Amino acid sequence: MHRPIHELTDAYRRGDLTPTAVAESYLARIAALDERVGAYLTVVREHALAAAQESERRWRAGAPLGPLDGAPLALKDVLCTRGVRTTCGSKMLEAFVPPYDATVVERLRAAGAVVLGKTNLDEFAMGSSTEHSAFHPTRNPWDLSRVPGGSSGGSAAAVAGGLAAGAFGSDTGGSIRQPAAFCGVVGMKPTYGRVSRYGLVALASSLDQIGPFAQDVEDTALLLGAIAGHDRRDSTSIAAPVPDYMAELPRGVDGLTLGLPDEYFIDGMDPEVERAVRQAIDVLRGLGARIERVSLPTTRHSLAAYYIILPAEASSNLARYDGVKYGLRVPGRDLVEMESRTRAAGFGAEVRRRIMLGTYALSAGYYDAYYGKAQSVRTLVRREFGAAFARVDLIVAPTTPNVAFKHGEKEDPLSMYLNDVFTIPGNLSGIPGVSVPCGFSGAGLPIGLQILGRPLDEARVLRAAYAYEKATPWRARRPELA
Amino acid sequence: MTTPDRYEVVIGLEVHAQLRTKSKMFCGCTTTFGAPPNSQTCPVCQGMPGVLPVVNRRAVEFGIRTALAFSCRVNPACRFARKHYYYPDMPKNYQISQYEEPLAEDGFLEIEVDGGSRKIGIQRLHLEEDVGKLLHEGTLETAQASLVDFNRSGVALMETVSRPELCSPEEAAAYLRAFRAVLIFLEVCDGNMEEGSLRCDANISLRPRGQTELGTKVEIKNLNSFRNVQRALEFEARRQAQALDVGERIVQETRLWEADRGYTRSMRSKEFAHDYRYFPEPDLVPLRLDRAWVDEIRAALPELPRARRQRFVTQYGVPAYDAEVLTQSRALADYYEASVQAWGPSPGNRGDRPKTVSNWIMSELLAALPGDDELAIQRSPITPARLAGLLRLIEDGTISGKIAKDVFQKMLASGDDAAAIVGREGLTQVADEAALSQIIVSVMAANPKAIDDFKRGKKEAKGALVGQVMKATGGKANPALVNRLLEDKLSKT
Amino acid sequence: MIDRKDVEHAARLTRLALTEAELERMREQLNSILAHLDTLRLVDTTGVEPTSHAVDVVNVMREDEVEPCFPQDAMLGNAPDRSGEFFRVPRIIEE
Repeated sequence: MHRPIHELTDAYRRGDLTPTAVAESYLARIAALDERVGAYLTVVREHALAAAQESERRWRAGAPLGPLDGAPLALKDVLCTRGVRTTCGSKMLEAFVPPYDATVVERLRAAGAVVLGKTNLDEFAMGSSTEHSAFHPTRNPWDLSRVPGGSSGGSAAAVAGGLAAGAFGSDTGGSIRQPAAFCGVVGMKPTYGRVSRYGLVALASSLDQIGPFAQDVEDTALLLGAIAGHDRRDSTSIAAPVPDYMAELPRGVDGLTLGLPDEYFIDGMDPEVERAVRQAIDVLRGLGARIERVSLPTTRHSLAAYYIILPAEASSNLARYDGVKYGLRVPGRDLVEMESRTRAAGFGAEVRRRIMLGTYALSAGYYDAYYGKAQSVRTLVRREFGAAFARVDLIVAPTTPNVAFKHGEKEDPLSMYLNDVFTIPGNLSGIPGVSVPCGFSGAGLPIGLQILGRPLDEARVLRAAYAYEKATPWRARRPELA
Repeated sequence: MTTPDRYEVVIGLEVHAQLRTKSKMFCGCTTTFGAPPNSQTCPVCQGMPGVLPVVNRRAVEFGIRTALAFSCRVNPACRFARKHYYYPDMPKNYQISQYEEPLAEDGFLEIEVDGGSRKIGIQRLHLEEDVGKLLHEGTLETAQASLVDFNRSGVALMETVSRPELCSPEEAAAYLRAFRAVLIFLEVCDGNMEEGSLRCDANISLRPRGQTELGTKVEIKNLNSFRNVQRALEFEARRQAQALDVGERIVQETRLWEADRGYTRSMRSKEFAHDYRYFPEPDLVPLRLDRAWVDEIRAALPELPRARRQRFVTQYGVPAYDAEVLTQSRALADYYEASVQAWGPSPGNRGDRPKTVSNWIMSELLAALPGDDELAIQRSPITPARLAGLLRLIEDGTISGKIAKDVFQKMLASGDDAAAIVGREGLTQVADEAALSQIIVSVMAANPKAIDDFKRGKKEAKGALVGQVMKATGGKANPALVNRLLEDKLSKT
Repeated sequence: MIDRKDVEHAARLTRLALTEAELERMREQLNSILAHLDTLRLVDTTGVEPTSHAVDVVNVMREDEVEPCFPQDAMLGNAPDRSGEFFRVPRIIEE
């Protein structure tokens, strides 16, 4: 039953499988295996079974809600779910139960999806390894001694490990694409504004975007199609029509020009990653794509700009956790002491560090040197992508410089930050990007190919990913968990 | 209790006005006042994780309307920013406000001072969200805990900052009065200071007369009535003058006005409290104000209090004081004009009717109504037509002015026409010469001493006799007629 | 270089109760991170407008229409401490 969603729903249609049987099978797998993987923070067994039964009735009546009806999915625990606790992987929100659903959750429910539970993450999505959840780390299904990437590591591991048919995460600097690469699944960050952020607990508001994890590109298209589109509750959401992504997939890459940025092949990157990515580019050339070198020189400053913008916005977004309205409260003799103790106890080390960094960067006298400067660098990054996309249709590059690393291997915050060096520019400029499996290292660890597109051009990004996936055998490999 | 002449007082006011939108600034929650605590909120205005704001178009429109009334430059591009500080009534611990690119800048408000007028510069006008309310278990100093109600959180607020161009506490109060009148005229704010719809903070500094450089300013909060603005600033000016006199340095700080105790006290002086860490609100996109929209709002601007005041003086010939009172609210000014119109033009070239209407409104109507706002005027049982009806009865001698005041009270209580009340209660003035003569004769017969006094030159004795006649007629006698008849009779005895 | 006073100032601004040792460690880590971020100074951004949004959307506004509020209980449901219809907080001592 560990099959892509489009195959599951084909089986529902034929009557070979039922949503209830599939949900039960996933729940059983979670019960048996998740103790080792740690993908989930909360499993909503009863909710899931009730939703599956409703889906089953619809399929029996020949009136499913669409191609996701009865699909067993997992949600990163930063997406607010009415009546189901939403922790953000933090002690601060351990007992927080939102009274409302995020727009994407509303849309998924309306599409008949069966939510299995909420997945683990680095606390408040700050991290690249899912080691820094306040509850437990998540392990990479391909090698349990290694990290699944992050911050959406729980969602990536759930899909890779067959603990969900598909999942959703959020990507602020690579938090979908990097764990997708590490776990050998497809992960997509849509254009900023393509998917409503309403109900996504904010990390850095100008960078965050919700996107899917899937077993293949076809499912990615299905999952994106279900959540994309304008939402009046998100002022930054774009009022543009959503194309039929599925219909676009088979159009191939013949005649497309793909840009290969020099700056994405750097000293210190894993040669196995470089080799796999260069081979993938050969495959695409073989499928009819033209490859052209492009230059994105500001890429090397992206990381620095990002590590100003993100902490600044995060320090603001996380100011609301003060023990007054919801979440943790540590008593104090007076208000300030209560708030200061609550925040010190409720946030982990990395969150505290970034809040401090952001507060400092925004404080009087430093704004222009840090935040203002970073926003100008961001303009340069956008301009460079704009110039590149005037010449090429898509940009292809590695998703990460390395394969999944071992738990505890990156203690120094800076070496951890370097993991996102290839994904961050996409967030700074707001463009869509996907990571699709493009091979394995000698040790059997997955490698990801990143495909970036013009704003709102997810259809072409997916089309290239689909053509590549069809031409390569990687999809057939699965980690052995059981 | 004035500031010593050797110092010049420099005051600037920051006024926060709650906009009369139906829903809040960034969410659809209602803005009605007085609901049970925390019953008018949603995840957005309670700052829950994951929520996003969306700008209320009407609030922007009200901001533009006000900006145009103050002749401000409406910025073609403006944006919102986050202002950070911790306070438990502010759910996100930042306020969505405007900083570097406010809605409007550089206007003025003209105020009346010492018989003349002065333009007070308005530096900026911007939109933001209100905070919730804190209740202390006891007083702030002694409370072991405080309670938070977020109903007000997220209500649309407009902040208007004047330039430091006010020269005295009286001018500050005059500015606030004129400001409030404009907002009420524009129907963007109900102006209710008791309910907190209009709130004021002041910056005040002193400098030796003749010095151009400004002194150290102190911010004073909690000035929530005209009287308090004046009292607090008077206190603070004296306090600063005394400090300067003995060579003390004024500390730049925020002070709270304690209205009950009549003094200001220091709130927070640590510098870090003001490090607001503004940055552009990433959850909202910039506004590029469409010129056509701004022009449309400009075209629909009502006549403003000052213009209307001037027109009342020239068109109706009422004194400036009357015009000022009558234009305190748009509803009242409308009421006045409707009453004058209902009565019709003054006969001949007397032109006295508008002033009579003004007298009745100022002395009777405003004393009887709970306020001069739109609601109070609308609910008045005495409509402009009814007031005109009453005044007509006085003018044509049907009733005396004294009786008319009783009739007015009866109109208020019953909601009836003056004519109906006068008819029903037989209040018509006795103007029948024969009947009055008879009464006068009997009053004279009963008061021989008064007649003797009169003859000996005590003119006030006549007044006593008039009084007796009025009493005998139950106040209905036409006083002019009584006077004439009595004089006639006295001269013949 | 960020000094102890900067760290203490930021901790106070953002309401984080840090011990002496934590403040010192924070100072070291922030300095090490900021040293790397200082490469930003090498970028010439003369005349370059800042980007605060990755989208070029403007003028998003909603009509002034009232929507139902959330039930009082739902909004008070997560309160760490409440008193009847209110959120309750410890006493406020002005700074």
